[in-house]
Amino acid sequence: MATGEKKPIPLEFEQPLAVLAQQIEALEVQLNDNPELEGDLERMQEQYRSLKRSLYTNLRPIDHLAIARHQQRPYTRDYLGHWDPNWIEMHGDRKGMDDAAMVCGLVQMDDLQVIVIGTQKGRAIKEKQQCNFGMPQPEGYRKALRLIKHAEKFGLPIVTLIDTPGAYPGLSAEEHNQAQAIAENLFELSAVTVPVVAAVTGEGGSGGALAIGVANRIIMLEHSVYSVISPEGCASILWRSNDKVSDACQAMKMTAREILNLGVIDEVVEEPLGGAHHDYAGAAANLKQALVKHLKELEDLGQKQGRDAIRRDRQNKFRLFGAHG
Amino acid sequence: MDLKEWFANRKNRKENKEVAKQPMPDEEYCALWTQCFQCREYLYTRDLRQNQLVCPKCHYHFRCGALDRIEYTADAGSFKEIDAEMQSSDPLNFIDTEAYPRRQEEASRKSGLKEAVITGVCTIGGNPCAIGCMDFGHFGGSMGSVVGEKVTRITEYAKQNHLPLIIVSSSGGARMQEGILSLMQLAKTSSALKDFSEAGGLYISLLSEPTFGGVTASFAMLGDVIIAEPGARIGFAGRRVIEQTIRQKLPSDFQTAEYLLKHGQVDMVVDRGQLKDRLASLIAFHARARTRSRAQAV
Repeated sequence: MATGEKKPIPLEFEQPLAVLAQQIEALEVQLNDNPELEGDLERMQEQYRSLKRSLYTNLRPIDHLAIARHQQRPYTRDYLGHWDPNWIEMHGDRKGMDDAAMVCGLVQMDDLQVIVIGTQKGRAIKEKQQCNFGMPQPEGYRKALRLIKHAEKFGLPIVTLIDTPGAYPGLSAEEHNQAQAIAENLFELSAVTVPVVAAVTGEGGSGGALAIGVANRIIMLEHSVYSVISPEGCASILWRSNDKVSDACQAMKMTAREILNLGVIDEVVEEPLGGAHHDYAGAAANLKQALVKHLKELEDLGQKQGRDAIRRDRQNKFRLFGAHG
Repeated sequence: MDLKEWFANRKNRKENKEVAKQPMPDEEYCALWTQCFQCREYLYTRDLRQNQLVCPKCHYHFRCGALDRIEYTADAGSFKEIDAEMQSSDPLNFIDTEAYPRRQEEASRKSGLKEAVITGVCTIGGNPCAIGCMDFGHFGGSMGSVVGEKVTRITEYAKQNHLPLIIVSSSGGARMQEGILSLMQLAKTSSALKDFSEAGGLYISLLSEPTFGGVTASFAMLGDVIIAEPGARIGFAGRRVIEQTIRQKLPSDFQTAEYLLKHGQVDMVVDRGQLKDRLASLIAFHARARTRSRAQAV
């Protein structure tokens, strides 16, 4: 949370803005001695505001990607801390590991008791290593599965927060059957009778993201991305070049608005200007509002047509995905 | 005993010169002062008890008996015991260096309990629940027919009365003196818990120092939520047995609550001071959700 209060580190495409901000700061210092500079200051501030607006309304896909991967972007624990300071964390898969890349907890969202399952990237170097840079191992998905079953048993709605480059590619992960762990989550999550709402808060990396993304409603934060493979992976396979990441970003249609147009997600949630890392509390409040709205709609559905309707709603949603001539 | 009594005793001893020559008996000394196992600090026992048997210096959690546990966990005066009179028999006529009935008497004399578990109903933070507390101080908290029966009965009671269930484990494992009948308690308790779970009951398992063997391998590990106390040793086989079998030195934190947390086997480690609040909020969280989803089903 402390990072949220810190000044946001500017990204590459934000450099002109950062330069302008520095000039304004310098001018403010001089203002005490030279009151006649006030006109200049106001002009520059206006320039700053209009540049900021135009910059963030014309973002390229790769700029969205940069914001989604911003090192100060709020993660699952940041959102949980803002939603419910007394949330209770549930650890472990009961089978041999507690994967820090997957965070599960009992959370009070307004008047709803909810199970939240989310990926966690980690902030400081040590924490990043513990969290495997947000790439869950099979044990992480099995922990999620345990909590999915817990939710089903106690009739608790599920909220998932997705921000992962993908499932962890590694020796032990393969030995412990990463693919099966993901597949089983798709299998089980499709059949629960409680409302499930998924939110992509940063990067939605392929199967590793979908393993907690089989939901009645899928929403994405404005600058988040969701794709079948990382743009780097795509560029190196199809273009055979690491310089073509921007082209790959463009081609894959991975930004929130593009995916909304494809009909895969239900809503794009606005972020504070410049991205969620500029205002943690604002981003958390927007996201919570959207999540609670969808959860309540689904609860209504369950109340009117029974809990099985919630399951059918989810299965029908996924049944319709695909394009064919 | 508190300091006042101690001074009174000392005064008595001084007046009676014969006794005064003798050193203070161990029992009396131990009742007044307790040495912390971890930091070796001498603690005034009454202070220690007021701190829920947690060392104020190093935070070491002392073993906690069933009655103390109920006092620290349940709302004052809310506990009502069930099956208080149940006592073990001696189905195998078991004799090792001493006969089993003699050992039972000895255990009861030391612990002041009839058996190694106390069960009943209480409220925690105003939330009604069924509770079972094991006591390591009675026969090493071992599970024989009576412990198994009482745990099973409290589970059935919780199911019938739609109460959440809390079981505090502290045990060396199954009771050898009742042989195969003890082993069968693992299956009996687990099967009752399966019924309870399918009826939608919430079961919170608390693992306290120490929890081993057949108790870990049955009801202790079956909680919807599993909480462990800091530093508690929890496992299936004991450390010495493992070391002798595999002939390797084990890590120093092996089988501690924190080690289990790292290895995904418990949901959370909670300090004794915060335990009551945590239990209350867990029960309340699930109860509110339950009311909601039941309204939905109708």
